[in-house]
Amino acid sequence: MSLDKDTVKKLATLARLDLPEAELTHLAGELSTIMQFVEQLGEVNTDGVAPMASVAHMNLPRRKDEVTDGGYPERVLANAPDAMDGFYTVPKVVE
Amino acid sequence: MSELTNLTIADARAKLAKGEISAVELTEAHIQAMEAARGLNAFVTETPDLALERAREADAAQKKGEAGILSGIPLGIKDLFATEGVRTTASSKILENFVPPYESTISANLKKAGAVMLGKTSLDEFAMGSSNMTSAFGPVISPWKRKSNSNAQLVPGGSSGGSASAVSARIAMGATGTDTGGSIRQPASFCGIVGFKPTYGRCSRWGTIAFASSLDQAGPMTRTVKDAALMLQAMAGHDPKDSTSANIALPDFAAAMTGDIRGLKIGIPKEYRPDGLSAEISKLWDDGIEMLKAAGATPVEISLPHTKYALATYYIVAPAECSSNLARYDGVRYGMRVEGKTLDELYAKTRAAGFGQEVRRRILIGTYVLSAGYYDAYYTKAQKVRALIAEDFRKAFETVDAILTPTAPSAAFGLGETNDDPVAMWLNDVFTVPASLAGLPGISVPTGLSSEGLPLGLQLLGRPFDEETVLKVAGVLESAAGFKATPNGVEI
Amino acid sequence: MGYVIQGETGDWELVIGLEVHAQVTSKSKLFSGAATSFGAEPNTEVSLVDAAMPGMLPVINEYCVEQAIRTGLGLKAQINKTSVFARKNYFYADLPQGYQISQYDQPIVGEGTIILDMKDGSTRTIGIERLHLEQDAGKSLHDQHPSKSFIDLNRAGTALMEIVSKPDMRSPEEAAAYVTKLRSILRYLGTCDGNMAEGSMRCDINVSVRKAGEPYRTRTETKNVNSIRFMFQAIEYEARRQIDLYEEGGEVVQETRLFDANKGETRSMRSKENAHDYRYFPDPDLLPLVLSDEEIAKVKASLPELPDEKKERFMRDYQLSNYDAGVLVADQESAHFFETVAKGRDPKLAANWVMGDFFGALNRLGKEITDPPVTAANLGALVDLIADNTLSGRLAKEVFELMVETGKAPGDIVEERGLRQVTDTGAIDKAIADVLAANPDKVAEYKSGKDKLFGFFVGQVMKATAGKANPALVNDSLKKQLG
Repeated sequence: MSLDKDTVKKLATLARLDLPEAELTHLAGELSTIMQFVEQLGEVNTDGVAPMASVAHMNLPRRKDEVTDGGYPERVLANAPDAMDGFYTVPKVVE
Repeated sequence: MSELTNLTIADARAKLAKGEISAVELTEAHIQAMEAARGLNAFVTETPDLALERAREADAAQKKGEAGILSGIPLGIKDLFATEGVRTTASSKILENFVPPYESTISANLKKAGAVMLGKTSLDEFAMGSSNMTSAFGPVISPWKRKSNSNAQLVPGGSSGGSASAVSARIAMGATGTDTGGSIRQPASFCGIVGFKPTYGRCSRWGTIAFASSLDQAGPMTRTVKDAALMLQAMAGHDPKDSTSANIALPDFAAAMTGDIRGLKIGIPKEYRPDGLSAEISKLWDDGIEMLKAAGATPVEISLPHTKYALATYYIVAPAECSSNLARYDGVRYGMRVEGKTLDELYAKTRAAGFGQEVRRRILIGTYVLSAGYYDAYYTKAQKVRALIAEDFRKAFETVDAILTPTAPSAAFGLGETNDDPVAMWLNDVFTVPASLAGLPGISVPTGLSSEGLPLGLQLLGRPFDEETVLKVAGVLESAAGFKATPNGVEI
Repeated sequence: MGYVIQGETGDWELVIGLEVHAQVTSKSKLFSGAATSFGAEPNTEVSLVDAAMPGMLPVINEYCVEQAIRTGLGLKAQINKTSVFARKNYFYADLPQGYQISQYDQPIVGEGTIILDMKDGSTRTIGIERLHLEQDAGKSLHDQHPSKSFIDLNRAGTALMEIVSKPDMRSPEEAAAYVTKLRSILRYLGTCDGNMAEGSMRCDINVSVRKAGEPYRTRTETKNVNSIRFMFQAIEYEARRQIDLYEEGGEVVQETRLFDANKGETRSMRSKENAHDYRYFPDPDLLPLVLSDEEIAKVKASLPELPDEKKERFMRDYQLSNYDAGVLVADQESAHFFETVAKGRDPKLAANWVMGDFFGALNRLGKEITDPPVTAANLGALVDLIADNTLSGRLAKEVFELMVETGKAPGDIVEERGLRQVTDTGAIDKAIADVLAANPDKVAEYKSGKDKLFGFFVGQVMKATAGKANPALVNDSLKKQLG
């Protein structure tokens, strides 16, 4: 499968990566090479095979419904590039 | 000084216990080594003061008879493990100044065992790579040099290149690595040390920066198999904070190394000897087979028919998971932030500036294979092939107890010697990736040198949660191979 | 015959489906141990997992699983013994992980039903498509700063049950009835407090229109509808908008819209303009959730009597009408209150008093049934006083008002104020005779045909007896005395 620049641009938007045009073109080539490589999986007969859920062979462990965490806003905000009044901030969103 | 930095963990423990050396002495020797070897760029952050503090605590504990199993042992911690109060970067600009307010379970376990942290070792950015050339803080250099050209800088392998380089150069007695497709085993092979990836679920992933959640696994990188067993003992164990952490008891890993492998069957997978496999590697492998045979094990030819599809499978599954795992790096709650006029601009500018090329490539591939219309063709298909690969191993383990293969298809290559083909670099992981996909324990043991005098390693794989057999066979292989070479400039 | 909207080109049918997000009642969050309470200081109920710090991992809350099973059983739905958590990937300020842990093609609960009792006495069965567990997002405040939005992650990670109906509703009334009934069931089960105003129950409305007999046309989704009243407005507006579009030759675009409560309109959501590709895939940090038969059976055994069953029982045991029984069971506490009043008494009388004067008093005083102005025991005692003829209906109302005011028992009030009704026929006869004697001219008018004056005489007798004369006896005796 070959990817063109437009497809890469759409992917970059989905992934929130602001890449310059030249890089998008370059990436289109690289990603195409990669997809061509992985396409070989099409050769494998996987009829009747269930996709692997996990290598860990156990049931999902559960925890008790108790409050054991949270209550430390300083820690949670400590690395925030722009925290104000106990909130994280982002450019204003208009809905 | 070289006396102290050449000790194995096992020997150092003995000396510390007897009071022949102090933890502070031991740590000071390694701090000096770390400073002297800065040219290797193995560390992202050095923590000498913290190290000495812990060394002092270790000495005090030793006196009280309360020494943990790694008390006073100076280690490198891969900069993928969150260390409380100490910068943790994943070798990425996007986390350049991130100081975690928490400690990963792995580094906490090592701390509890009394270990000393010398610093945070470098890695390929976000653990994506096989050369440690993609670190945002500069490539790591291997302490090994080719016979024919002592000027060419060689890669230590990756992604745990900083750890491999540090251990091999005798800066640290051991180091933690993580292995997703081979990132412990391959650099161990390139640097002539032991690298052990335990069964998926043996080591907790809590506080370990995630790359590909269904594959990531922490493990020890040391100079001997015994040391790896000791370090794994301290690192591993059930963690209720990690839902994929296995809730089973830890055996005594070191005790499993009885030295006796008589009667064991060692699988030799024919698919790991493709046309084009270097003669050197092929010979290394055959020598290894002979060594195990001489020790009383029986080599058995096995087939793992889906081997050749493992890389393609891995390069769909791992990028898919990483594209999602790395979505949290968005400049809002921590890490680098590039301002934008809108929320989306903030995200897109921050992430483009913060992530390097390889990371961006993998995020895009991951986004693509998960996207509408392609999910079944790629991701679902890959997870099915993965199931087949795991089944290949399960069937093989019905007749054999361990599997022996080469670790890497070549010795370390030079820093400038790679081309633009993104797939070419990935081929370094061709022997390590299948075991990752199946979640099996795998160890690399150095057993020979290339014609250029560079280390070559052999890999042993075992059944899930049978690290004991893997360690047992690895110990025998190690003794038989008698690998004593050290990187240039390091005296034994 | 059903609900239709008249357009230029004919009658249009409405097709409505509802997606309700119900916050699970639990102490801690779905995948983190932080607390779930409402109204705390920003980012104080946020764990490292909720803040999506590097290396953090989810661990599921067993009680949230139980609550989902309980809700599924309450919706008479299929409980799926194996379900899978999937990541829904998208970027937004209130979504710290850059993905929401939800469930996609293997939800914990499958198909079920809800029965609606409509006002006209008919019932409608609405299908439930599925119920799944997922994380709630944080909150963004857009009005705290001129150029920044503020993010509070307290709510991020709280467990939600997303309950998806089949597109079986055909009118705003049915949609309202569905939400009311669902809320009632959730509150009975104790799995969600159903507080739409506080946001613990949110409805997204899927609306499409069509001409009779057509297959389904394109639907839109409207969010941010946080009351039943707004639901009516939103549905009516959106249906009208779609009909107008079609009739003008246009097409309805599948999109997400926001309801603007101030204008009573829906509008397209700017942030959702770009089609979202959520790239769902099973969350590799979580294994499949496997439920045992034992645990499902245990939850089943713990279910309370649900509204439908209670209603059936009330109709059977108390001979109440479908409608009356329906009103009483809508709320578990009301049903319990009623049963306490009705125990050992005339259920019809009890029902009238509970649904009439008592509910009226609750409304008037703005009180909840959990803080009643009159206890069930006291209301029951009042009913007793009517049954044994101590009080007439009219006196009972007076006593009831005094009970509301003073909180006293009716017996005490009757004694204190001497409000016993007069049933002594002798006294009544005398009172009547006195009234007739005092109004000879009116008596003459009545006898010559002015029947309306009967009421006047009754009024006078009541006045003379301070309202205590038994009306039936007054009637009988007055008739006799007037000849």
